[in-house]
Amino acid sequence: MFFKKTKSTIRDIDEFLDTVDQGILVFKEGVKSYLNEDDESFQKNLENLYKLEAKADKKVLRVQNEFFEHSLIPQYSADVVKLLDSLDDIIDTAKENLYQYDVEIPFIPKKLKDDFLKLLDVSCSAAEAAIPAVRSFFNNPSGVKDNEHRVYFYEKETDGLAADLKRKIFKETKHLKLSQKIHLRYFTLHIEQISDKAEYSARILSALAIKTKD
Amino acid sequence: MILFFLSSGLFLGWSLGANDAANVFGSAVGTKMVSFRKAAIIASIFVILGAVIQGAGATHTLGKLGAVTALGGSFTVALAAAVTVYWMTKFKIPVSTSQAIVGAIIGWNFFVGSPTDIKVLGKIVSTWVMGPILGAIFAILLFYVQHLFFRVVKIHLLKQDAYIRFSLLLVGAFGSFSLGANNIANVMGVFVLAAPDSYLDFGLFKLNGVQQLFLLGGVAIAIGIFTYSKRVMDTVGNGLMQLSSKSAIITVLANSMVLFVFSSTSLSNFFVSIGLPPIPLVPVSSSQVIVGAILGLGLLKGGYNINYKMLGSIAAGWVATPFIAGILSFIALFFISNVFLIPVSSKSVVKKQQPKVIKIDSSQIKNIIVPKDTSDTLLKNKKLLNQN
Repeated sequence: MFFKKTKSTIRDIDEFLDTVDQGILVFKEGVKSYLNEDDESFQKNLENLYKLEAKADKKVLRVQNEFFEHSLIPQYSADVVKLLDSLDDIIDTAKENLYQYDVEIPFIPKKLKDDFLKLLDVSCSAAEAAIPAVRSFFNNPSGVKDNEHRVYFYEKETDGLAADLKRKIFKETKHLKLSQKIHLRYFTLHIEQISDKAEYSARILSALAIKTKD
Repeated sequence: MILFFLSSGLFLGWSLGANDAANVFGSAVGTKMVSFRKAAIIASIFVILGAVIQGAGATHTLGKLGAVTALGGSFTVALAAAVTVYWMTKFKIPVSTSQAIVGAIIGWNFFVGSPTDIKVLGKIVSTWVMGPILGAIFAILLFYVQHLFFRVVKIHLLKQDAYIRFSLLLVGAFGSFSLGANNIANVMGVFVLAAPDSYLDFGLFKLNGVQQLFLLGGVAIAIGIFTYSKRVMDTVGNGLMQLSSKSAIITVLANSMVLFVFSSTSLSNFFVSIGLPPIPLVPVSSSQVIVGAILGLGLLKGGYNINYKMLGSIAAGWVATPFIAGILSFIALFFISNVFLIPVSSKSVVKKQQPKVIKIDSSQIKNIIVPKDTSDTLLKNKKLLNQN
């Protein structure tokens, strides 16, 4: 009776985490294909990300219902739900950002392509590191620390790279109009947002790990 | 009439169910790990089983402290204890049913002039000190065992939650059994002499007179659990220190173990058989033991999250309870025996006041002289009254 409910919730959490993880990969691929001007691949990734985001929303809602309906881990359920919500926010933001590329079609000079790719990689690494940290919270709370420090590290790296890129946009690309520069800065922020969201999840996770520690 | 006298014991049983069930299931219900309905059903069944199957041991010791020999006395003693428990609970002062009944019995001893067996009293009081200490020791040991277990066996947090839920029910059932076995002496111990001689045949098993009495007491405790313990359960556990579900298992298990140790005749006999001294079978306060267990855990974690103000009020309650119950019992016995003329002990047969009959010898009648002037005065007065 107890274990049947538990097993299905564990499965749902795992599937949700898988979906978010895949969503981050798809976002990365989508931005890469945009930078490489591969429109077909970009559209495919965008479509995929839409599906994954919808799936993640559905899963997280189901998990939340299961938590409250069966009062699972009642002392920490609100925090766990908040944590899962914050992860859902990552994939929501990724979808929204990739959608902005499709709508606004930013002009990215070839000179800045590598910088954008690097920023993308590091920012997505922060989000990717958050997933195993959350998994480890459920399976082995004492192992959370081993994973979450990576999130903080990549987030800090992202901040540095984003600052450099913004400086480069405004100082070294004299051939661009101010509106284009501002547009590029806006897309830098979009990529940066992914790691910020991951950092927020890590903070919730840290608090939870302390709370559940006996 | 017997049922009327038993009513105070049943009232005490109800109070015990309302308060002490929270020691067993309070943290589980308070942390929402177990629903109140589930907790109440399990607690009621196992309290009754514990009382009927294993309730005799602790009752025997309580009987040695003061064998209340008349139903009126038993009624008053139980009533004094019940009122003490009820009022102290009403004013939110932590109270122990065991201490209340012991205080009330000593009050009876004082009233009827029966000497209190200091050796037995010492044994009981020592368990009041030993109970919480043992509770703390068990809790600390169990904490280390649990800690080691979760360090070695990696279990998913949700599976852990399910196991903890299941364990809380199991441990709660054991705790309820031990509570019934140990504390039924408080509720029905003073009425044992009024137990019927007949057996009650249920087909599969028979209950002797004392067991029938304990069954009745167990039912009263169960009613207390169902009707009044929810409020207490909702607030218990977080008063002295905030407990996690893992800590809840430890405290409840430590409490159950201490209650079991002090009520198990078989365990005591086993101790004797291996050359150890017997375990005193004494009604222990589950409230005190659980406080000891929580304190043990709190101290293990550095003691910073213990509510010391609350602890002080609990300690004050421990000292006050037996005295209040004793004084109340003494006063109540005075009223019951002198105002309602109900015998409170086999010694105190209350004599009804008969009109004094003076035997007068017929020869003496001749010698009675009515003073002349008295009759004259009366006549004079009568005349005066008529004139007016």
